[in-house]
Amino acid sequence: MEVGLLGGGGDGLFHIIYFRLRGGGGGNNLEKVIYAKKLEKIILDEPTSGLDSTTAFRLVETLAVEKGKTVPSSQIVMDREAPDQRPPIPISKRTEWADVTPIPQDDGPNPVVAIAYTDEFRETMDYFRAVYLADERSPRALQLTTEAIHLNAGNYTVWQFRRLILDTLCVDLHEELDFVGLLARDNTKNYQIWHHRRWVAEKLGTNATSNELQFTEEIFSEDAKNYHAWSHRQWVLQALGGWEDELAYCDKLLQEDIFNNSAWNQRYFVVTKSPVLGGLEAMRDSEVAYAVKAILAKPENESPWRYLRGLYKDEVQSLVKDPRVASVCLDVLMNKRDYVHALNMVLDLLINGYQPSKTLENSIDALCLDSVLSDSGLAERVCSVLQVVDPIRANYWKWRKSGVTVEGPNGKELAG
Amino acid sequence: MATEMERGTKTQEDQWMVQSQVFQIYDLFRRIPPNSQFAILELQRDKHIEYLTKGLKQLSRSFTVLDANRPWLCYWILHSIALLRDSVDDKLENDCIDFLSRCQDSKGGYGGGPDQMPHLATTYAAVNSLITLGGHRSLSSINRRKLYEFFMRMKDRSGGFRMHEGGEVDVRACYTAISTASVLNILDDELIQNVGDYILSCQTYEGGIAGEPGSEAHGGYTFCGLAAMILINEVNRLDLPALTNWVVFRQGVECGFQGRTNKLVDGCYSFWQGGVAALIQRLHLTVNEQMGQSNILECECSTDSDYDSTNSVISEGEQCYEGTPSHVNETCQLQEEGQPNTSHPADGNNVGYNFIKGHVYMRPLFDNIALQHYILLCSQEEGGFRDKPGKTRDYYHTCYCLSGLSVCQYSCTKDVESPPLPGDVLGPYSNLVERVHPLYNVVLDRYYEAHEFFTRS
Repeated sequence: MEVGLLGGGGDGLFHIIYFRLRGGGGGNNLEKVIYAKKLEKIILDEPTSGLDSTTAFRLVETLAVEKGKTVPSSQIVMDREAPDQRPPIPISKRTEWADVTPIPQDDGPNPVVAIAYTDEFRETMDYFRAVYLADERSPRALQLTTEAIHLNAGNYTVWQFRRLILDTLCVDLHEELDFVGLLARDNTKNYQIWHHRRWVAEKLGTNATSNELQFTEEIFSEDAKNYHAWSHRQWVLQALGGWEDELAYCDKLLQEDIFNNSAWNQRYFVVTKSPVLGGLEAMRDSEVAYAVKAILAKPENESPWRYLRGLYKDEVQSLVKDPRVASVCLDVLMNKRDYVHALNMVLDLLINGYQPSKTLENSIDALCLDSVLSDSGLAERVCSVLQVVDPIRANYWKWRKSGVTVEGPNGKELAG
Repeated sequence: MATEMERGTKTQEDQWMVQSQVFQIYDLFRRIPPNSQFAILELQRDKHIEYLTKGLKQLSRSFTVLDANRPWLCYWILHSIALLRDSVDDKLENDCIDFLSRCQDSKGGYGGGPDQMPHLATTYAAVNSLITLGGHRSLSSINRRKLYEFFMRMKDRSGGFRMHEGGEVDVRACYTAISTASVLNILDDELIQNVGDYILSCQTYEGGIAGEPGSEAHGGYTFCGLAAMILINEVNRLDLPALTNWVVFRQGVECGFQGRTNKLVDGCYSFWQGGVAALIQRLHLTVNEQMGQSNILECECSTDSDYDSTNSVISEGEQCYEGTPSHVNETCQLQEEGQPNTSHPADGNNVGYNFIKGHVYMRPLFDNIALQHYILLCSQEEGGFRDKPGKTRDYYHTCYCLSGLSVCQYSCTKDVESPPLPGDVLGPYSNLVERVHPLYNVVLDRYYEAHEFFTRS
């Protein structure tokens, strides 16, 4: 008796690949066949209709399968066929493909970086080549691309051809979204899958908005920094909308992990681009407060420092004039720990004309561990401290120091 | 190690885990006698060559996921072998040229394998592979005219490039197109048009560059964006001080580079981020100008004097080299106009050549010795390189760890003719790998051969 977990990812025995509606019976008896990646087929028999794909997926994903076992908490009866150890029927043996001559790969007599394909892979791609070169945009070709994609989700040629077929056949793209969704769970870092998803969502338009946002959130629950997912989410917002809760979502993620730089980046994106907020100017004040709060909680966290600096992008004089900026630096310096980013910010302020208070100067001098030239400017002393306390960047701080000794753009002596 | 009793966030926990593994390696290293240290630091040349050559010929079933990336496999392997100052035998070389020819599309460009659609990334990889192989047969196999047409078809309205027909647009696509066009001497104004606008829109508030406008600053894309901007002669449009500040902070306590703020160290960023730092070293004049700092060196634009190293301006250590080499004339033009150099047609193809001709006036901005420690002690395996301890080796990381190693070793030389000093090479001096062209990431000598070939023809 075999026990396994259904669902995507990990080492489960089965992977749900896609649904195929198999006709049958009255409206009550929808049978969904789930083709399992590892040779076994599970048939879900729904005595009552009404479960949509998504719900059914979720249900199946969380069930442990035992042969013949009934799951009482749902109305789904699961009946697993005897494990079929044989692979799927070879394409050459499928009658619907009898008229097609497969085209072998033109690797030449002495291929390099030659991959030891399985027979199944080789055959599938040989048939794909045939339909691709013949430009056959048929249902069977579509099915073939499905199989090819399962074998290698990175084949962009297959994906592109699939798009041509979907267009030609006017296929309902909601099913396509399900298909891509499943794949994306297993291959969260695959460019082709995400690009395809974007293409589908674009075609579906604003109806797809909440589903797309929801989908990326599911990805983030596993990996809150997935680059593709964030790009996708940004695209959705800009192309389809849904900005209303975005700032709150960023806040939620930052509450969970204040170090999540992707969430900070998203926050910047929302604050600058959201049509429901007022734009950077209007938001700056509250965002500065937000950043300052995060800094004070964890001064070693680089993200809010960069965010704060970013709020004043192209407005460096406003940065210099905002008392909260120098103030947060001072607060951190007074604590005498985790102050590298504070010093980095102070340096930025100083070279842009900030006139330091005596308190700030003293707090920096308190950190000077070696004998520091007392006649050099404060900016130079900041660099000197950094050379010592941030040694991995010693060369950089040395270079910065060499730059502060000359006249600034105002013609005034800097770092006085 | 964390002394707090409280749990950290996910970022912190992940970071502490990696840190502890890496520090364990460094602690062990510090405790063994110097002779043993020297031995451990040794670049395992033979083992790497064995791993690489084997892969060039045959790969296991698990490589099916890279079936649409086979030119990349060629490049990662061939480039690594070349960096290690080795080469493949004639037969294998011819087989590579043949194979890549089969990946070339009749309408231009190279796909991930025979009969696959042409793709910008696999085109970049194929061309770089052929350049690495070198020789007439290899270089003449590239159909440049068709390739140019392919590039033009991939141009997007946004100014960026599409990776393939119907494919994604991002900064990687810009770099792969521009880099390949440049090295093949087919870069022109039409290809360049609006690319600068697109890349500029990808520089984020953090200072680094993202894949698409709005996304997060990322090492891979930052390299791509910066290199592309240099090649199209619009690098001064980027906020270079911000970029510099961002990239130097990507090197952490583990001594290696991370790809993004608050993410984990990874050996491949030794090249992507280290390479960015290396490029910036050569942009000294432009960076200083943007910082409003007068240049430490006198810019004597009118003279064409030879390099003169007798004067040193900085009293505190010698982090700058002064001189008035002829290349300063070109950069002076850039400074004076402060915009893309529109006074003469973008001599796109010589930008790459001229970029490395000049002298380097800056010490490396990153800690090149620390990075070499990470590469040799944490990424190196017995045959190949990996992301970090606990991960498996692969050809991609082998390529970029070795490329990063090259960047480190050559980061202190004043010009491309000077060999590195023993002090700049961690471990035995025999660890020295070949120098790369920092914009294209091909071995410099191979680049010279290609440049000559494609300028002539």
